[in-house]
Amino acid sequence: MISARTDRRSGAVSAAAALLDGATEPARLLTGAQVALESLIREGVDTIFGYPGGANLWLYRYLPDYPELHHILVRHEQGGAHAADGYARSKRGSVGVVFATSGPGALNLVTGLATAYMDSVPLVAITGQVPSTAIGTDSFQESDVIGSTMSVVKHSYLITRAEDIAPTIKEAFHVARTGRPGPVLIDFPKDLQAATTPFNYPDGPVRRRSYPAPPLPDPAKLRRVAHLIEGARRPVILAGRGVLIAGAEQELLELAHQAHIPVGWTLLGTGAFPATDPMALQMVGFMGAGFTNKAVCEADVLIMIGMRCDDRVTTRLDSFAPRVEHLVHIDIDPAEIGKNVIPHVSVVADAKVALRELNLLVEPKREHEWLTQIDQWKEEHPVRYTNHNGLLQPQEVLEAMYARCEDEAIVLADVGQNQIWAALWFSYNKPGLFLNSGGTGTMGYAFPASMGAKLANPDRTVFCVTGEGGFVMNMQEMSTMVENNIDVNVIILNNSSLGMVRQFQDDFYDGVRSAVDLTFTPDFVKLGDAFGMKAMSTDRLEDVPRMLDEAIAHKGPVLLNFNIDPDANVYPIVPLGMGMLDFVEAS
Amino acid sequence: MSQSRLLSVLVDNKPGVLQRVASMIRRRGFNIDSLSVGPTDDDSVSRMTITVHVGRQQAEQATKQLAKLIDVITIDDITGLRNVAHELVLVRMHAPPGERTEILNLVDIFRGRIVDVAASSVIIEVTGSAEKIDNFIELMRPYGIKELARSGVVALVRGDQARIRIMDFAVDGDDQPAASNVPGAAGDTTGTV
Repeated sequence: MISARTDRRSGAVSAAAALLDGATEPARLLTGAQVALESLIREGVDTIFGYPGGANLWLYRYLPDYPELHHILVRHEQGGAHAADGYARSKRGSVGVVFATSGPGALNLVTGLATAYMDSVPLVAITGQVPSTAIGTDSFQESDVIGSTMSVVKHSYLITRAEDIAPTIKEAFHVARTGRPGPVLIDFPKDLQAATTPFNYPDGPVRRRSYPAPPLPDPAKLRRVAHLIEGARRPVILAGRGVLIAGAEQELLELAHQAHIPVGWTLLGTGAFPATDPMALQMVGFMGAGFTNKAVCEADVLIMIGMRCDDRVTTRLDSFAPRVEHLVHIDIDPAEIGKNVIPHVSVVADAKVALRELNLLVEPKREHEWLTQIDQWKEEHPVRYTNHNGLLQPQEVLEAMYARCEDEAIVLADVGQNQIWAALWFSYNKPGLFLNSGGTGTMGYAFPASMGAKLANPDRTVFCVTGEGGFVMNMQEMSTMVENNIDVNVIILNNSSLGMVRQFQDDFYDGVRSAVDLTFTPDFVKLGDAFGMKAMSTDRLEDVPRMLDEAIAHKGPVLLNFNIDPDANVYPIVPLGMGMLDFVEAS
Repeated sequence: MSQSRLLSVLVDNKPGVLQRVASMIRRRGFNIDSLSVGPTDDDSVSRMTITVHVGRQQAEQATKQLAKLIDVITIDDITGLRNVAHELVLVRMHAPPGERTEILNLVDIFRGRIVDVAASSVIIEVTGSAEKIDNFIELMRPYGIKELARSGVVALVRGDQARIRIMDFAVDGDDQPAASNVPGAAGDTTGTV
């Protein structure tokens, strides 16, 4: 069977078999491009987002020989990187793969790599490079891709010998998916794609002395955490994306219920804890729920799990958790411990392992007084909106969406007001249903990423919630959506402006509106028509249910433009430079 | 409180490692005072000796971010430990035959040596601590330094034991001493060579 495949795929290459030292099967002589594609299959890859060009044409020459690799031709490499990101985020255990050519193709990946890096998303980007003999000569479409991407990837490799291709790909996938995951880039010179080499995929686990396995949690520290929980009067847990990456939702739920600890979450931690659970708080921080911020500020023991504790969480740093007596930080990345907030007890470990071990030590406990207090804050400071003018409100659209899909839809949010609305006005009760660029805040992320999410989850309804600003940043991917009939429901919350920036200007920059008017955006129905994508538009609440029903029922991409109240704002919000308790609520 | 910290870093001897290390330090806003890199007795490993000018908190962050780089094998903050931290300096001195004696006397005091002699100048080599070298340069200045090159610090800790120390980042307060101080245990930051 293998030799038959070899004959068909080896093209002009001799199929003479060689035997590598220690290999169990005879090595086949393949081109570097074939070795790379075979290696991807060994790593479990089934979908590749990519764009061909001069320096990766040997990869594309052999790609059709591997029907098990489903290639999606994106219309811009940034879209490809985000699509691979959406794929990886929405399918736990998978690694997103994107191809680009050298020079401009590879450089177009930078924003997508940075997005994945900040949010710890496992990606492997394979970029074509000019022939190794031409590197450094400023040849056509040459750029220093390794140098250009160094600060936005977990690691990168320049392949310099054909025999290194398979081991490099194996190591790249290992690095991307293990520890704190992240994007890895492989720069692959064109001559090595064409060179022939014996192929035998390396057996056994990847071992590198400079990349040890994540540490196991220190039992003494876990005992200390359990002891602190036992003595806590006002405990709070904050959960970040690390809980989702580790798949530790069940362990977190168990801990919260066992010890009666309320749980809030970061934007990226949305879904780590069921939003409608009695122990649930809501999102914390800059645009988090007032009652979550109050709970964090009153907590005596605060346990942060799998989160970076960035400025969007802490607001003004000195206002974060002022009454805390014992701050516990659990994270797989030691560099996150003490980076922004200095904990009293730190546990460096995978969240799932740490919580599983911790749960064995935590005694059942009931906290009536504290929970009663929190319930009171929930009543005093609910997340709410008011309709002042009868115009369509974004929250009304999101509520109608949630009513139709509840816990079965994946929502990808873009960046800006739509992102916060989508985080707060959908009850995410299961993990992995809310994806967004929380770290870099990349406008234009959601639309291409939603392609990846749908391809990874063909049985789920997928919503892309975006603004008219972010959508046009990557709207070229409409062609990709239509070509592949990817069934995504795009919800444009159109307020004819860069809404979040407009809100900031109104409230924090002297009310001067500057460069935020997006009146001149396309007619999205005609635009959909031009791309062959079903599209509808309305500014009336009564149209929303019908349009959503039609979009969900339609087997293919649909674009729904909702012209919403142009003055709708995100609430609650902590004014810039202010503290956690200074949140302003909807009036 | 900002101070110089001396980091001894073992890295995989691979192309691009120096750039990764330098890029990370720049990206996180730390300043490098000096950096030297060279091979070790193991061909596959290079040692970088880095002096960064940072506060303690920042030094921890720099160390932890460095440790995260895939090519970094182990990292050791040897600031304040009993160590030998030496630099080498080469100085081309203006030294016409009439003035040489005085210069040579100073070179002797610093246990330096003349490594090149030309018609009106000499090249002097001095090794030792950065402070000693600073002093030597100051003493030479009045005689006319024509050119100068310093190597940057290289350092080893004194004693019998090769150092494979795992950094502990337990924060002051009510924290327990971390078990991660023991090599091979739950290493918060680094692996071992």
